[in-house]
Amino acid sequence: MQRRLSTWLLLAPAGVWFAVMLVLPLCFVLVFSFGEREAAGGYVPAFTLEQYANLPTRGKAFLNTLILAPLGTLLSLLIAYPLAYFLAMRANPKWRTMLLILVIVPFWTSILIRSYAWIFILGGQGLPALIEWLGFGEVRLINTPFAVLTGIVYGYLPLMVLPVYVSLERLDKRLLEASADLGAPPLQGFLQVTLPLSLPGVATGCMLVFILLMGEFLIPAMLGGGKVFFIGNALVDLFLQSRNWAFGAAVAVTLVLIMLVTDTLYMWLMRRLGGAREDVSLM
Amino acid sequence: MQSPSANTETAPRPLIAEFRAATRRYGDVLAADALSIGIGRGEFLSFLGPSGCGKTTALRMLAGFETPTSGEVYLDGERVTEVPAYRRPVNMVFQHYALFPHLSVADNISYGLRQRRPRPDRAEVAQKVDRALAMVRLSGFGPRRIWEMSGGQQQRVALARAIVNEPKLLLLDEPLAALDRKLRREMQIELQTLQRQLGITFVLVTHDQEEALSMSDRICIMRGGRIVQSGSPNALYDQPVSRYVADFVGKSNFIDGIVTAQSGKDGQVETALGQRFAGRLSGSLEQGTKASLSIRPEQIGLTHAPRGGAEPVSVINRIFLGEHTEYLVRHATLGDLLVLVARQAEASEGGFAPGDAGFISWAPETGLILGQD
Repeated sequence: MQRRLSTWLLLAPAGVWFAVMLVLPLCFVLVFSFGEREAAGGYVPAFTLEQYANLPTRGKAFLNTLILAPLGTLLSLLIAYPLAYFLAMRANPKWRTMLLILVIVPFWTSILIRSYAWIFILGGQGLPALIEWLGFGEVRLINTPFAVLTGIVYGYLPLMVLPVYVSLERLDKRLLEASADLGAPPLQGFLQVTLPLSLPGVATGCMLVFILLMGEFLIPAMLGGGKVFFIGNALVDLFLQSRNWAFGAAVAVTLVLIMLVTDTLYMWLMRRLGGAREDVSLM
Repeated sequence: MQSPSANTETAPRPLIAEFRAATRRYGDVLAADALSIGIGRGEFLSFLGPSGCGKTTALRMLAGFETPTSGEVYLDGERVTEVPAYRRPVNMVFQHYALFPHLSVADNISYGLRQRRPRPDRAEVAQKVDRALAMVRLSGFGPRRIWEMSGGQQQRVALARAIVNEPKLLLLDEPLAALDRKLRREMQIELQTLQRQLGITFVLVTHDQEEALSMSDRICIMRGGRIVQSGSPNALYDQPVSRYVADFVGKSNFIDGIVTAQSGKDGQVETALGQRFAGRLSGSLEQGTKASLSIRPEQIGLTHAPRGGAEPVSVINRIFLGEHTEYLVRHATLGDLLVLVARQAEASEGGFAPGDAGFISWAPETGLILGQD
């Protein structure tokens, strides 16, 4: 009895937090999504699917998000994996901690300020001016999908590097010796041992970045300049500008549903990859 | 020993592998110091020594994980000194097995076969895997995951993964260290049987003298990157070249002193207190050099009544070992000595209890006078 009580007491803070801050608001959003918009903005109780029927009007935001979020995740992975590999397998252990800190250092400054920096780099006086000066003609970088991707990859790279690094660092290096001993050249050893065993870290990193990218609004707002916008931007617009709470709620619920499907896929994939091993990260 | 340097002893069969003055240096540390030894085809050879003696470095130079700083490594007549591990027809059973956790037992075993180019066809691979599984008595375990296997079974998988490739050398790096005593005994017998069946040359690295003594055809005792002595288990036990070897192979009692007389193979050691003991000289020891008289515990007799030349002792401890009883006895000047009394001898003489007084004696020719290095 004593034990059960203490268990409940230990769970209570997190439980209450989740109930009040997550489950309850989600319920509100769900209810709102079936409602109607008040003329002056806000919410009128109703039960209609009208808001969901309206979703295609925000198709562009969904499309942008569903293309750029996976693409940004993939790009982050392609850049992060070699870096994490270097840190875990090749870097001098003496410098490893220092190098890892360097990976995290950008987090010490607000993403807002760092994105501002990118506005200048990608803006007319920045890279495009340099490219033109070099004689490659006139290019526009700011307010393009390229700018948004650049910002995304820059901002989320550390989140990808760390889990991949952890999985590579934990990898028993003797397995690579065993692989070589059994006749596998280094590349084959990487493909058949290192890569499969680092997949849990890859999946965790991808999931972390992908989830955050699906809700991203700051980077597209700053580097997309209203031309390249995400669902997040649509939500900000609907709730804060046009005050169409019901439609905003429907968009939000749809986003949550997309995330649920992806997350389920992820869990399934993890179970396939890792079997019943205890070291599988489930986020 | 007949030859003054034990390292030059040649292997009894045609060579499958050879170290020629192979030296491996890590900074200031000499992990292998001009190793020169041949490994005979079909031989079961062990490198025995404490940690840091260079035995693992020797093994890793055979596997291709280490390149000698100087000197050469030969494999089946070819110079392989710089050949990387993945191009050597040599396989290793790793200390902690290093099985691939993401692959099934069968996929672990077939890993080596699948690296071959051209790739052998599936049926052939499956057949070889099945045969290897049968050989280590794990038939039917192929689809299992590695973590579903016990320590002893993982050991067998590691063995199967290596022998399925029919390597020219099977390298074993402390393969039994992680197993419990009973399992270790079983695996020792299994390894020996397997080695005879397959005719593959086995090279074992261990710090466990019992393991080396029970399985090997030949043992190299290592120290500080050098081979101190190599020979059959019997030869090492009966004719150690130094105190270090006698101490490492089996148990022994040592009486330290200085060589005071030598004629042919007979010599004499005088302790600091002036006691003199005769013994057989091992190698050539000059008069006046420091030496130890080594007497194996089973060579010492323990009696209630004094005999000629017997030394008085008091019994400190008694350990019953079944066939033998091991006594720890204390001598006023020689210190503590181990005495191993056979069951029959104890029956005729009567046992001793801790605290009892007794007398020890040994035949002078069973004492070996060894250099102290």
